[in-house]
Amino acid sequence: MPPRSRAPCDPQCSLASREVNREIGYTAHELMVAVAARQIRDGELVFVGMRLPLMAFALAKRMHAPRAVGLFECGLMRDAPSPELLYTMSDPPNVAGAIWSTRMINVMALLQQGAVPLGMLGSAEVDRFGNLNTSHIGSRERPTVKLPGSGGAADIASLAGRVVIMMQHERRRFRERVDCVTSPGFGDGGDWRRRVGLPGGGPCAIITTLGMLSFDLETKEALLASHHPGVTPDDIRRQTGWPLRPSATVHETVPPSETELAIIRAYDPKGVWARP
Amino acid sequence: MTQKLFSMPEAVERFIPDGCSVLMGAALESLIPFAAGHEIIRQGRNDLTLVGPISDMLFDQLIGAGCVSRVIAAWIGNVSEGLGHNYRRAVENGEPQRLEVEDHSNFTLALALLAGSLGIPFIPTKTLLGSDLITGRRSFRLSADPDTGAPLVHVKALKPDIAVLHVQRSDADGNAHCWGNLGVSEEGGLASHGVILVAEEIVPRSLIMSDPNRVLLPSTKVVAVVHQPWGAHPSPVQGYYGRDHAFYAEYHLASRTRNGFEQWVKDWILTIDNRKDYLVRRGEDRIAKLRPSGELISAPVNYGY
Repeated sequence: MPPRSRAPCDPQCSLASREVNREIGYTAHELMVAVAARQIRDGELVFVGMRLPLMAFALAKRMHAPRAVGLFECGLMRDAPSPELLYTMSDPPNVAGAIWSTRMINVMALLQQGAVPLGMLGSAEVDRFGNLNTSHIGSRERPTVKLPGSGGAADIASLAGRVVIMMQHERRRFRERVDCVTSPGFGDGGDWRRRVGLPGGGPCAIITTLGMLSFDLETKEALLASHHPGVTPDDIRRQTGWPLRPSATVHETVPPSETELAIIRAYDPKGVWARP
Repeated sequence: MTQKLFSMPEAVERFIPDGCSVLMGAALESLIPFAAGHEIIRQGRNDLTLVGPISDMLFDQLIGAGCVSRVIAAWIGNVSEGLGHNYRRAVENGEPQRLEVEDHSNFTLALALLAGSLGIPFIPTKTLLGSDLITGRRSFRLSADPDTGAPLVHVKALKPDIAVLHVQRSDADGNAHCWGNLGVSEEGGLASHGVILVAEEIVPRSLIMSDPNRVLLPSTKVVAVVHQPWGAHPSPVQGYYGRDHAFYAEYHLASRTRNGFEQWVKDWILTIDNRKDYLVRRGEDRIAKLRPSGELISAPVNYGY
């Protein structure tokens, strides 16, 4: 039997020791951090954002990806997470101990030359084809809500090898089509990215408070990949604004192990980001 | 030698007129020239165009104070807290006045300033292909590689009238060292017609000349040097003070309503003459907590020959 080929973000990617302890409670954010960490491969250059993606990087470094390297869009490269919890990527503890502090344009250069295989993003809204909106809800001229903007997200979505999205799973955020494609996913599906000339590979997973979505390799539609413990596929469908179809391998998300939780909680002892 | 040392009120008075475009927050969430921004508000500037990738809550304050008619940025809000309430009120309701927004991504804003610094009309990139950010916007043009036909975005050059850059130390002529996270400070300073440096310390020229690699910009671009310790508070300055996270949270709560914001501006800007009084109002106990708890001195470099 030929070995099963693994899609870029394999939701069943397993770790060495999995001491699952169902008696230990954990929050949805802690679970998301654990799931996101599993997406990071050892030795990869990863564009990490703030908050949950940054914690996922810290966790991955301690678990299975000790040689992963983190890039921050302000112009920093770190191979070890800052010892202090960060509120912004420019916080002084993020600079001290960095392996490179440079102009923003230089880290963006790495991104554009195709040297960054993974980027991690949050968003206000996502749609069926993984397009992200952080610009406005409603029309551009008279928005109902003016959102803060792209920051570096649109660049990461355009140019990274693959992108992991982390979001709150609510129907109003998971839309058939976003009001503004700030950060391009797969556009209207199929080979859209190739047609518009985008070099990066696009989103490979959406990790949410309810489960995880992956992308159909041909149509590029987001599919249900896993549902978190205590959440049913129907729960997720109800919170998704398009008819969410299952992937071929829908399963219950593997929850964080004792070890993973300990690392997460050591990094964020007051639960500023992981236990809001 | 032209006199460049000015007080903050003088520098703002002379070099930041109504209607100009001003780059602030070039180093993203650090080195944000809040003291200069507050002086702009005190002097009642109008019709400014603000330029900056992510200037945290400084832009929100200037917008709420009615100083701004246009903003060119990649992200506007309160980074550690969420949305910028004044920004939203301006765009959604035209309060206190209509605000024009030119959306960028971090990369395209850096590229626009790079093009400006290079003296060329635009720079090509592959970022934002397929994004609505480039649709029908004057900052961008969809184009193609003339050899291969591959799609490209042309980012048009940005040349702000004035850049306000916070640095750790400068001499009286504007030869300055800056370290920590710099963001788009270099390209932004070079692209601007003039630069105001706000320095924690004024030092002798010989000190700056001891490390020419660390000089941020040619002093020929600098029109003013302002000695303003704590001029970037609440944003951090590497080696001098950390970020005052609580101040951002307090502002976020206060600015939730228009009235709340107006009271905040009275408390922190309009009834305060200068940064010294501002620090007194903040309180020495809070300020003391932001000072570095230790030193992290770099290895020295030997330029000897």
